[in-house]
Amino acid sequence: MKTFMTLTSVFAMTAAGAAIANESIQAEIDKPEQWVLQTGDYKNQRFSKLDQINKDNVDDLQVAWTFSTGVLRGHEGSPLVVGDTMYVHTPFPNIVYALDLANDGVIKWKYEPKQNADVIGVMCCDTVNRGVAYGDGKIFLHQADTKVVALDANTGEVLWSVMNGDPAKGETNTATVMPVGDKVIVGISGGEFGVQGHVTAYDMNTGEMAWRAYSTGPDDQILFDPEKTTALGKPVGADSSLNSWEGDQWKIGGGTTWGWYSYDAEENLIYYGSGNPSTWNPSQRPGDNKWSMTIFARDADTGVAKWVYQMTPHDEWDYDGINEMILTEQEVDGQMRKLLTHFDRNGLAYTLDRVSGELLVAEKYDPAVNWTTGVDMDPESETYGRPAVVAEMSTEQNGEDVNSTGICPAALGTKDQQPAAYHPDTQMFYVPTNHVCMDYEPFRVSYTAGQPYVGATLAMYPAPDSHGGMGNFIAWDNINGEIKWSIPEQFSVWSGALATAGDVVFYGTLEGYLKAVDAETGDELYRFKTPSGIIGNVMTYEQAGKQYVAVLSGVGGWAGIGLAAGLTNPNDGLGAVGGYSSLSDYTALGGQLTVFALPD
Amino acid sequence: MKFTASVLAACLAAAGMSGPASAQDVDNLTAAYEEDGRYYTEDDVPTFNVGDDGTVDWLTYSGFRRYHSECHVCHGPEGEGSSYAPALKTSAIDMDYYDFLDVVTNGRQVVNAAEHNVMPAFGDNPNVMCYIDDIYVYLKARGADAVPRGRPAKKESKSDVIRDDENACLGL
Repeated sequence: MKTFMTLTSVFAMTAAGAAIANESIQAEIDKPEQWVLQTGDYKNQRFSKLDQINKDNVDDLQVAWTFSTGVLRGHEGSPLVVGDTMYVHTPFPNIVYALDLANDGVIKWKYEPKQNADVIGVMCCDTVNRGVAYGDGKIFLHQADTKVVALDANTGEVLWSVMNGDPAKGETNTATVMPVGDKVIVGISGGEFGVQGHVTAYDMNTGEMAWRAYSTGPDDQILFDPEKTTALGKPVGADSSLNSWEGDQWKIGGGTTWGWYSYDAEENLIYYGSGNPSTWNPSQRPGDNKWSMTIFARDADTGVAKWVYQMTPHDEWDYDGINEMILTEQEVDGQMRKLLTHFDRNGLAYTLDRVSGELLVAEKYDPAVNWTTGVDMDPESETYGRPAVVAEMSTEQNGEDVNSTGICPAALGTKDQQPAAYHPDTQMFYVPTNHVCMDYEPFRVSYTAGQPYVGATLAMYPAPDSHGGMGNFIAWDNINGEIKWSIPEQFSVWSGALATAGDVVFYGTLEGYLKAVDAETGDELYRFKTPSGIIGNVMTYEQAGKQYVAVLSGVGGWAGIGLAAGLTNPNDGLGAVGGYSSLSDYTALGGQLTVFALPD
Repeated sequence: MKFTASVLAACLAAAGMSGPASAQDVDNLTAAYEEDGRYYTEDDVPTFNVGDDGTVDWLTYSGFRRYHSECHVCHGPEGEGSSYAPALKTSAIDMDYYDFLDVVTNGRQVVNAAEHNVMPAFGDNPNVMCYIDDIYVYLKARGADAVPRGRPAKKESKSDVIRDDENACLGL
């Protein structure tokens, strides 16, 4: 910072302002009684230092109070708690409620935006929203129609708003935002509509755009420095994205950014992943399709990429790379390293050095994964860092109009956006996963702005020759690349996990159970069936000296598409239809918050 | 004939009779005749044809593919419905063919306190509109339980006329 002060005074003031905002947000994050970001903290660890509820007493947990959101569709994300106020959001129409926890949960204010309902029709996979964020006295809401709104946290008054995209072109939003320094980092959805994905930083106080970095396109659009931006330790060179596409396909190339964001203040780097290249028919887009399916490390102030790593070059299965990047400090070969761990849709869990972008570990976190034999880890090899594709599972090599069968994982990935948690004591990651495989038949499609741009027929079914269920909840060792334990689940685990200093790990299930398990062993300690299936993320907070655990119920999202009808293996024929009970036998729609506590 | 059918539907609607009732009055499922690999009911409405050995007509097979590209992310696999969009295998049976076309082409909104259902307009999407009859007969075959869930095992071959019409529609 001192070197910055020698620069022009205007620049120095801006930098100092960013630093102050950073510190104030970090100070709020550091209070264990609060939950001010959807991800818990900048590291996306989803770990709470609270330990009043612990593995010895969690079986006494009771419902303390509940709150209906008044909205029926899929409820992702979680509430926030800042001071004595809880902020609860809903799917479209994206209502925000501020509840006064010191006054019996009375509604302090309610904000309901007016949005054109047309946006619902261009949202792939339900109208979910993964929640609001808090920073600098403001609540940031990113609506379905891509409007970013800053609300006064005390009154709900709109302080500023800005449109981040155009729903008429299929640009929508489902994600939360990340306040960093004096900026708000914002992503975009629409990979199934041929959107050119981007990440944008807006000024936290005015909503003015500070920078925008696309995932695909020329260097000045993707904010790459050909000499300084590296991939696996080497400069990417000029036109790294353009060279990996045929013609102008990159303009409708996808690479959307609807996942989670993390931040390392010391390095001043933000981390996130980009989604699938469009279309889903790989034959229509020859090349590696950079930088779709990529982990990005970008400077928070300028947006310029420091390093990138493309996990799935030339995607053939819709394995979006948007899942969260979890930042940890751990010992590797006797040396403390700053790490980034990422559980990708493609079924591989990656551990990288988050400063340099060096790839340390890439291993399957579900033994069912069969599209690849693994990643080339030899730095001297020409295919260093690339996954070896199994020809039989390659929808590109099998070609258009050919049905490739038995591919694991399915397009929804071994894990989708549902975030994992990390416990610094056990050094284990707790990962909600899908255990689903697919048949995939690509075919030719044409692009129309604002219309779906898919080009593949999919059939999904539980992983064959396994426990018959569609999910697992696993504990993962990111240094050795190993599953420590695995809990089979009947349905995909579509709920974000929470780890606590009480050595309890919480997660929700699609049937509607909130479950608590022992962080060390995975033994189930408690379960309670909430009114609807859980696709939200578990959070915890403390109010007036008492610890609470809260989760949104409300089945829907991508999980609500197939699972409402039940998935069947088309290769099993009619006989198997009754074999996998459908989710509709267990739960129905309904948005509700359930808050748990120990008895007084 | 198509004109006659839609006029009839309009008259029934004007007389206060419900759409589904009129659809049930006539046989909207059974194939009466075939033309260049496409099957039609007595009222010239496209329909499916399933042979004794389970062989499906080309449109039903093609509809299976197109449905699972364009429709299933909202309406669920095999027309079964999802947590937020209706089961189209039922709609294809209950709705008049021309009403079905109208909703796909122009969209439909049911937005109120309890529901936020928006069907987008697909009228200018060739990936949908060039295959609308395919999707319709596939869903009708599902609704009538004439084909099971999953990929149809056997299919009739694609006729030259269907191939030519497809290319013309897509502008290839």
